Amino acid sequence: MNTRAATLFRAPALSLRFYPVWRRNLLVWRKLAAPSMLGNLADPMIYMLGLGYGLGRLLPEIDGMPYITFLAAGTVCFSTMNSATFETLYSAFSRMHVQRTWDAILNAPLTLDDVVAAELAWAASKSMLSGLAIMIVVWALGLSTTPLSVAALLVVPLIGLTFGALGLAITAVSPSYDFFMYYFTLVITPMAMLSGVFFPLEQLPAGFQVAAWCLPLSHAVALVRPLLLGNVPAGIGLHVLVLAAYAAIGFYAALVLFRRRLLS
Amino acid sequence: MALGDFSSRLSFPRKRESGPSAVTGSLDPRLRGDGSIGASLAGAEPALAVQDLRKAYGAHTAVDGVSFTIRAGECFGLLGPNGAGKTTTLRLSLGLVAPDSGTIRLAGHRVPEEAREARRHVGVVPQLDNLDPDFTVTENLFVYGRYFGLSKREIGARIPDLLAFAGLAGRADARIQALSGGMKRRLTLARALVNDPQILFMDEPTTGLDPQARHLIWERLRQLTAQGKTILLTTHFMEEAERLCERLVILDRGRLIAEGSPRDLIQTHIDPHVVEVHGEGVAEWAERHARRLCRRVERTGETVFCYDQDVAPLLADLASRAALRYLHRPADLEDVFLKLTGRELRD
Repeated sequence: MNTRAATLFRAPALSLRFYPVWRRNLLVWRKLAAPSMLGNLADPMIYMLGLGYGLGRLLPEIDGMPYITFLAAGTVCFSTMNSATFETLYSAFSRMHVQRTWDAILNAPLTLDDVVAAELAWAASKSMLSGLAIMIVVWALGLSTTPLSVAALLVVPLIGLTFGALGLAITAVSPSYDFFMYYFTLVITPMAMLSGVFFPLEQLPAGFQVAAWCLPLSHAVALVRPLLLGNVPAGIGLHVLVLAAYAAIGFYAALVLFRRRLLS
Repeated sequence: MALGDFSSRLSFPRKRESGPSAVTGSLDPRLRGDGSIGASLAGAEPALAVQDLRKAYGAHTAVDGVSFTIRAGECFGLLGPNGAGKTTTLRLSLGLVAPDSGTIRLAGHRVPEEAREARRHVGVVPQLDNLDPDFTVTENLFVYGRYFGLSKREIGARIPDLLAFAGLAGRADARIQALSGGMKRRLTLARALVNDPQILFMDEPTTGLDPQARHLIWERLRQLTAQGKTILLTTHFMEEAERLCERLVILDRGRLIAEGSPRDLIQTHIDPHVVEVHGEGVAEWAERHARRLCRRVERTGETVFCYDQDVAPLLADLASRAALRYLHRPADLEDVFLKLTGRELRD
């Protein structure tokens, strides 16, 4: 029906009313902070240090830097992506479907758009935390000594928004937790391999390289890696635009799909 | 560190003094006692008015031309078997779903256009508990109050009254998992009152509760109507509707099939005397004797229900039959409900 389509596809109605929902999530996080931090940070840290120093000893310098330095930028992007993805898949699904927290919120003077915006803002906040923690380790180990590396912290929330928005769109169509495995196996893991996180994109066959530049994570890495080396990334505008486009399209798709799921 | 700043601003009072727990504590001192506010609301705009409401899902029409008006200050029942359209009607009325046609006015606002504004004056007790399991009792109230834009101070000022009303005064810092089903339900009710709403939507508020917990909820709902709150109650416990509702409607297959006070509905739709009969040979007895002695006879499984204005001849006949056991009682709302919606199962 026409009115139904208009309801589903109407433009996002964003307001500051998402803030109390964001605060709710922060309050829960504070209660569970220790295990949550450990899960979010220990894992990427172990990979970065293990692969970086262990495997790195066997490798020649890559693009003129030790492997661990190369890997550091990839790890910042990778763990930021994972943090936003986990939050918008498993945690948001719990709040929406299992705990029915969203139902309770929607009975108050908030709209679904407010709730989805809050989830996205929260995912970006949590990924900021992940990115920041990795950066602190990177600085502490002296893997990046340039003041320009601070600018990586501007890229991190954008990565969070991008993958948060994509994750929300997946959650909106997910019947159960099991469904998320497909997203990880078919999207997130291949993307990590194709985006220059663990090795340079140039190692890939030409066709894969083209595919890689369609993926948001490649553009995230293309921004963060030069910054950690003290260089201004080439083509900043394009990389930022691709990430922002993924975020905007993902968020709108998530809104439409959540509206279809919850409001019709 | 930035994070620390966020944290300190969010801090909840860890220990809250549990004051004297007046179990009959009125919710809002302004509304206590004389019911004057309830009286003054009676002449005002209806709490909820829905007109010719329609909502279809594909080929299935969930709500099919429903109209009713809830007066401010009354307890109004929305009854019907499973799948009758009760929950859809509630969701439409709250503006969570847009109707295909029809108009809704809630708390003086057009819905769904002004649903957000309307919901500021409404409290909802949902059918399924959705308290925040990670929070304590008090935190649940704080967090929910913020959704209404209330300040920490405003919410904090209401919490002792809300806890006393819910009979949870000693449990301000209890975790949700530690509460019984009845306590959770009362906390959900308290949460629905955090914004001091004019209207309460209660979707099967006592389903799954034991009789003690159910009676306590009923008691609280009566207090709320005495304070002038309007209540919209869905239930399939007819006893609950009969006790609490001044007026009610019965929905079936998306249509409104009856409307009135419980007493009016019983008088209009059903004979005042009911005799329930069961025992060996009841089927044969029903065919041979009951149909002759009584105006209306219904059978469900092994029980026969006989309805009439005067059941003296029927009782005289039963007195002579040792194999049959019977119960003579006044007709109630459940008899009306079953007559109007049928006795077959609805799944």
